[in-house]
Amino acid sequence: MSGPSVLAAALQDVLIEPAPGFEVPSIDWAGIAPNLILMLGSILLLTVVSVLKRRVPSWFAPVWTISAAVAAGCAVVPLWQRFADTGPETLVGGAVGLDGFSLFATVVVCIAVVFVALLLADYLPRESLESPEWYVLVLLSASGAVTMASADDLIVLFVGLEILSVAAYVMTAMHRRRVTSQEAGLKYFVLGAFSSAFLLYGIALTYGATGSTNLAEIQAFLAGDVVTQNALLLGGLAFMLVGLGFKVGAVPFHSWAPDVYQGAPTPISGYMAGAVKLGAFAALLRVFVVAFGPAYRQEWQPLVAVLAVLSLVVGAFAAISQTNVKRMLAYSSINHAGFILLGVLAASAAGTESALFYLLAYTFMAAGSFAVVTVVGRTGEHRQSLEDYRGLASVRPGLALVFTVLLLSQAGVPLTVGFLAKLYVVTAAVESGFDWVAVVAMLTAVVSAFMYLRIVATMYFADAPEGAPALRIPAATGVALGLSVVGVLLLGIVPGPVSDWANEAVAQLVVAAP
Amino acid sequence: MSNPLSDFLRDYLTVGIFGSLGFVLVGLLLFIAWLIRPDRRQAQKYIAYESGVDPIGDMWSQTQVRYYIFALLFVMFDVEAVFIFPWATQLEVFGWFGLVEMTLFILILLLGLVYAWRKGVLKWA
Repeated sequence: MSGPSVLAAALQDVLIEPAPGFEVPSIDWAGIAPNLILMLGSILLLTVVSVLKRRVPSWFAPVWTISAAVAAGCAVVPLWQRFADTGPETLVGGAVGLDGFSLFATVVVCIAVVFVALLLADYLPRESLESPEWYVLVLLSASGAVTMASADDLIVLFVGLEILSVAAYVMTAMHRRRVTSQEAGLKYFVLGAFSSAFLLYGIALTYGATGSTNLAEIQAFLAGDVVTQNALLLGGLAFMLVGLGFKVGAVPFHSWAPDVYQGAPTPISGYMAGAVKLGAFAALLRVFVVAFGPAYRQEWQPLVAVLAVLSLVVGAFAAISQTNVKRMLAYSSINHAGFILLGVLAASAAGTESALFYLLAYTFMAAGSFAVVTVVGRTGEHRQSLEDYRGLASVRPGLALVFTVLLLSQAGVPLTVGFLAKLYVVTAAVESGFDWVAVVAMLTAVVSAFMYLRIVATMYFADAPEGAPALRIPAATGVALGLSVVGVLLLGIVPGPVSDWANEAVAQLVVAAP
Repeated sequence: MSNPLSDFLRDYLTVGIFGSLGFVLVGLLLFIAWLIRPDRRQAQKYIAYESGVDPIGDMWSQTQVRYYIFALLFVMFDVEAVFIFPWATQLEVFGWFGLVEMTLFILILLLGLVYAWRKGVLKWA
């Protein structure tokens, strides 16, 4: 026998054909391309930095990260075309969904990655923390968020959540010289692991009750089942709501959020407010609204209504009593989570669209606001209190203007995207008959507007303190600030194309072909 | 047999009865031993048995913090083994597909090890 045929025979021995009963899942590589780009981008970056003898130049990692995010965003375009042509699909043996919802969420995650990479590019040299690991973790957590948003199976959802969370825990604690960062990381990790256990227990109970972890099969099972008020399933729902409620930072599972947002490196806080929230909300929408929506709506809607009202009220009232601006933004993110929960609560197509639009809007607002906090904090991030924003308008008029626009948008002032986002979720909640929650939401918007305006007033009407160190706005941070303001205003004035796009982005479950 | 839920709970009942029987049995034996054994306390009886080493100092002693790396690496490879064992029993069923998947899994873990090595984490310094 010649050489090649011996080799082929040896390969035949090693590469055994799968047994007849076992179905090898066909993997549609093109269909999961955006997620693959993010994940491979992360793994390749780690490989490059650990194999190369020399240190990579400092521009390399941020450029790599932004390119990966942009490439993943571009990979969505042909998939959207495919979705528009052939409708929603389920890939990889029914584990991953390809629908408007997952594609929209992917784009939002990519936007968050671009923002955080721009901010980190300036932040890390300033704090002498430069290392490529930050970018590896950012890309990895982005991949986790995309996995969560496109999961068609509870196990896949859990794996996505862990990829997302573990990277977030590490990034929170990665400012080695700030004790608050370490403390925040530990707190986030312990409580996060606890909430993951809740989620997993909920998944186990749901599996026990329905006999499947696949969302489409759960939906089909519930559509045919006559037993309502199944205790196992109700327990599973409640546990999953606790687990995901923790991740979105909804009251009463919010206690970690202020400490973690305050302690984490500021660009990472902005990223957590954008991408981490998005992943968790996408999972909530997929599991509760789509899989459990038709059959079990009556059971979970009161629970979500309570979470929404508590988040709205606590987020607004706790924020006005703060004196630390970063902590104010943390509490305001709880208030925003309450607004997005209105979209979940509506349990309708309109609700899902409005929640997605809100998440997109909030990604821009959070990235920009935390970018301002990064700049004003200066080296070491010691200047975060409201006092440090006194007279910012006279020292740095441009920065003050940018922050004002972003804060007004968060308050929900017309002509900014924050207004439309709030309008959409409130409308969706009212259409589904939750008028009283919508009223609470609008009242808390007034309360939190006071907090936002207080920051604006401090910047414009107070005198700048003498002897404060000079304020420098580095180039990449400037670009991020500009992008966020342009995004907030553009989406606020001409929301048409994007909200039309969000209107098609409703999660749909497709039963996997046998 | 009609209600699937009560069937489900009955399985747990079996586990519960079995578990509590274990506790009762151990308790009973210890109780009987306590009843019938003589009780003569001597200082000699409280030291290490036969060839054991005499204890020194407090049990609550500090361990070198650098061992945490070994703990981490242990967890990493332990989890890897946890996944490999069930995979190995089903290797013939999964065939080449399983082989490729497991290779990918091990390669990614290996990348972590290479990274730790290049970072100098494995050096005792």
